[in-house]
Amino acid sequence: MVNEGLIFDIKRFAIHDGPGIRTTVFLKGCPLRCWWCHNPEGIYPASELMFFEYKCIGCRTCAGVCPAGAIAFENIEHHLDRKKCTGCGVCSEACPTGALKLAGKVITVEGLMQELEKDVLLYDNSGGGVTFSGGEPLLQHRFLMDALRECKKIDLSTALDTSGYASGDVFAAVLDYVDVFLFDLKLAGDREHRKYTGVSNVPIRNNLRMLADTGRGGDVILRLPVVPGITDTEQNIAGLLDFVASLKGIRRIDLLPFHDVYEKYCRLGREYKMPACGVPAPERLKDIKESFERAGFIVKI
Amino acid sequence: MKSISRCVAVEKEMQKRRAAVRPVNERIAKLREKSVKAGVKISGERARLITEFYKSGAAEGKSVPVQRALAFRYLMERVSLPVEDGQLIVGLRGTGPQEVPTYPEICTHSMRDLEILDSRENMPYKVDDSTRRLYSEEIIPYWKGRTVREAVFKSLPRDWLDAYEAGIWTEFMEQRAPGHTAGGDRIFRMGVLDIKDEIKKKMAELKPEDPAYGDKMEELKAMDIAADAILVYAGRYAEKLDKMAGEEENPGRKEELKEMARICRRVPAHAPETFWEALQHYWFVHVGVVYETNPWDSFNPGRLDQHLYPFYSKDIAEGRLTRDKAKELLQAFWVKINNQPAVPKVGVTAEESFTYNDFTKINVGGLKEDGSDGVNEVSYLILEVLDEMRTLQPNTAVLVSDKNPERLLIKALKVVGPGFGEPPFFNFDGVVVKMLRQGKSLEDARTSGVSGCVESGAFGKEAYILTGYFNLPKILEITLNNGIDPLSGKKLGLETGDPAGFKTFDELWEAFVRQVKHFMDIKMKGNDIIEEIYAKQLPVPFMSLWINDCVENARDYNAGGARYNTQYVQLVGLGTVAFGLSAIRYHVFDRKTVTMGELLEALGQNFEGKHEMLRQVILNKTPRYGEDDDYADEIAKNIVDVTVKIIESYPPSPVRKASKRAYFLPTTAHVYFGKVTGATPDGRKAGMPVSEGVSPVQGSDRKGIAAVFRSVSKCDWDKTGGALLNQKLTPDLLEGDENIKNLARLIRTFFHMGGHHVQFNVVSAELLREAQERPGDFQDLMVRVAGYSDYFVNLPKGLQEEIIARTEHREI
Repeated sequence: MVNEGLIFDIKRFAIHDGPGIRTTVFLKGCPLRCWWCHNPEGIYPASELMFFEYKCIGCRTCAGVCPAGAIAFENIEHHLDRKKCTGCGVCSEACPTGALKLAGKVITVEGLMQELEKDVLLYDNSGGGVTFSGGEPLLQHRFLMDALRECKKIDLSTALDTSGYASGDVFAAVLDYVDVFLFDLKLAGDREHRKYTGVSNVPIRNNLRMLADTGRGGDVILRLPVVPGITDTEQNIAGLLDFVASLKGIRRIDLLPFHDVYEKYCRLGREYKMPACGVPAPERLKDIKESFERAGFIVKI
Repeated sequence: MKSISRCVAVEKEMQKRRAAVRPVNERIAKLREKSVKAGVKISGERARLITEFYKSGAAEGKSVPVQRALAFRYLMERVSLPVEDGQLIVGLRGTGPQEVPTYPEICTHSMRDLEILDSRENMPYKVDDSTRRLYSEEIIPYWKGRTVREAVFKSLPRDWLDAYEAGIWTEFMEQRAPGHTAGGDRIFRMGVLDIKDEIKKKMAELKPEDPAYGDKMEELKAMDIAADAILVYAGRYAEKLDKMAGEEENPGRKEELKEMARICRRVPAHAPETFWEALQHYWFVHVGVVYETNPWDSFNPGRLDQHLYPFYSKDIAEGRLTRDKAKELLQAFWVKINNQPAVPKVGVTAEESFTYNDFTKINVGGLKEDGSDGVNEVSYLILEVLDEMRTLQPNTAVLVSDKNPERLLIKALKVVGPGFGEPPFFNFDGVVVKMLRQGKSLEDARTSGVSGCVESGAFGKEAYILTGYFNLPKILEITLNNGIDPLSGKKLGLETGDPAGFKTFDELWEAFVRQVKHFMDIKMKGNDIIEEIYAKQLPVPFMSLWINDCVENARDYNAGGARYNTQYVQLVGLGTVAFGLSAIRYHVFDRKTVTMGELLEALGQNFEGKHEMLRQVILNKTPRYGEDDDYADEIAKNIVDVTVKIIESYPPSPVRKASKRAYFLPTTAHVYFGKVTGATPDGRKAGMPVSEGVSPVQGSDRKGIAAVFRSVSKCDWDKTGGALLNQKLTPDLLEGDENIKNLARLIRTFFHMGGHHVQFNVVSAELLREAQERPGDFQDLMVRVAGYSDYFVNLPKGLQEEIIARTEHREI
């Protein structure tokens, strides 16, 4: 049994990650590379440093403690050599201002359950529970399975926020332990999907179809990131509608308007591929909402 | 640089707030407009009349209660009888809307006070020349040496005064009379004539061999005079209204005035029979109470939905009233309360500011006397009135019991939405537990409620006197300086040892507890001295008519006549001390990252220079109260346990036999206490506000609202009379039914866990910043301060910053 997993956040009082009031666990690591990803600290499957420049007071404590010699200062300017950095977290532990923060924390299933159980009353009173998100939670599927089993032992409601990108076997294995699926729907065309997310959408389509075919369609909430010029095109929406029309029982979709998170990429020293496109126009969101409503969906923005 | 989108967002937020104000009709809209726009003035009339009375010799040879009753009658026979255009309810403390009387027999404003009040930027009270002349020629010369305030300060021992001057506590009754009482159902079921019968019966029962016979008889006489006085006042109004009706040309208004005159002849002489009469009846009582003295806080109708519902349902059934008319009357009543700003303080400074809010609090929801769900149509009507009026006063409270329907919470949260801080939410089942623990009967516990900010009390039956705020962070500072107050250099505390020599955290904890006990000893002695002064010098025969069982006991409210008697100390700075002690325990004793000597040096130097590093370590690397970490939360829990234990260890007070209890609430004292307290080990710099209520240190509740609620509810609030928790939410959290439902579930869960109170400021930090930059455009922006709301731009800068700093919870 793999008892440990790597997470990058636990968020309590989450009210947009499934029914009721929930605690959302963010598992680190994702096979996709979506251009618009708003949780870039969840992509890389190992710990990494985030640097909040505005908090740095130039005290050089970090440079003094770094075992890999990855941090240097030019006067008070902080330089991190990410090639040398091993993500050990010694510097972020020592940093007095919190300017250095380690994204990625190893947690045992027991430790995780302790955190989740803190809000049991809140779940009970609101019909909420736990949501596993990421990254792509299925990437750490063995840890995820252990955690899901523990949740079910104490009757916690579970939700899985997934890209759907996993092997059919892995996906089939979690079905019995997940009450609600928050299932991403991005691009209908496989070529576009490969271009903007780095992977094919065939396994995703298959897994979604598996959910529908096993009669779980009613437990699915589709989530469409509305990214101007990429996912919100007429052609893509038509393609997605075409696809979902063939799936039994799936009737709910949330539209997630794109917002710019350039700053987060800076903190991680990573390239942000998104062209400047602004937020989606309200009219466009409305059009998309109505298109799905015409197809019989309950749509939330 | 400000982005255009920020400006648009701020504009939208403000528009939404303004659009939420929508009085039921033109009449109310006009009354509200006048009430909100009128400048606040000092009215010299009461001071002149009361001085005239005492100078006349009419008081000579009489007992003090009778003197006070005669003085009250003298006022009621002579005060102005303002009637606002279009008003449906009459009676007003003062010569007109926003015209505030003074109480020179309690505390006399100096010429300098009047000058500052008139000219200060924040919350001025305008003083005209005739009032100034009156003060310099009549009021000040006469009252010098005769005021309650002087008696209080003359009687208090040196150690009390030293601690007071050092800012270890404040004292409510140095310039306001005891109060903090809300009306129970006695007011709504009894006419003045019924009470006069009670008095007569009681007089007949008194036995001359009773050693207290003389005192009791004098008190009953005084009550009877005070009862007559309010009848005179109502009768004068009846005559005036008849006269106005005679001169009125508009036939609709003419009829209205005639009806109002009729009502003034029926109530308060007789118990009210209709909804309109009930409101007018209560209002006469209210005005009488706040003319008699300046009680802290102002009087309250208490559980108004419970009191009014029988009149409402009967009137509706018999076709006398419509829902709309009831709402109009309630909105007119709202304006009456808003027209009576708080009495200005004496000894004021130009920078200091308090609030115009006089803390009249109206409760809705909760349980009935028999334990069943108390929510009725009037509960919802009151929430609608609150929503549509959005005035500074009155304050409200939504009492939430498990037996109350979800609709109550949802409707109340929809009022919270466009954000002016009202209404706050209270765990009513928890209030009942608190009352039962204090020995109240089950019925009295179920008819209790909350007044002032968050203070639980047995409405109509308890004199629960608040005695002053108590500065816990200052006591930690004195502990860390071995009994010395570093600000004055005086030794105020005990020598509990040089903390640099402490080997364990427990030694520090013991030292802190001993210092708290030391100061509480001094405070409690002072409380009993002050209580006796008020009992002897300032009885309140009029208020005593309405509080059970003052008539029955033939004893004044201020002398222990009420069924239950309590003294409260209000503890301030829980978050600062919990975080500070956690920092010391963690960094000095557990991790040993810093020595006590180094920490003390850093505190002494206000974390300046090289010590900033330590401050950063404390701020960023310490388990904090408010983040659901048992390490720190346990300290907060222990502070609550130990302070309550200390306070409750004192015997009942000698005069009122009052038990001693604790509240955790600050109003705005956390700002004052911060000013007099040096740097604290939570990384707070000298002079900055200490934490408010039981909220975690400002800006430190970084783990979100669920974690704050868990941390707060680890403390045992059932042992206290109440604990104030402020939370700031972003406006989007109250948009849409789903979000509102989730907030309702969140509040219920907090109460299931044992929380007492929570209130929300729904406002974006951007809007507050914008308002600071352009105050002229945001005169009507109201925010939650602490247990009450106030106009943001009127607040002093320090308090504004503090409100902005309170963490804004959002779900991203």
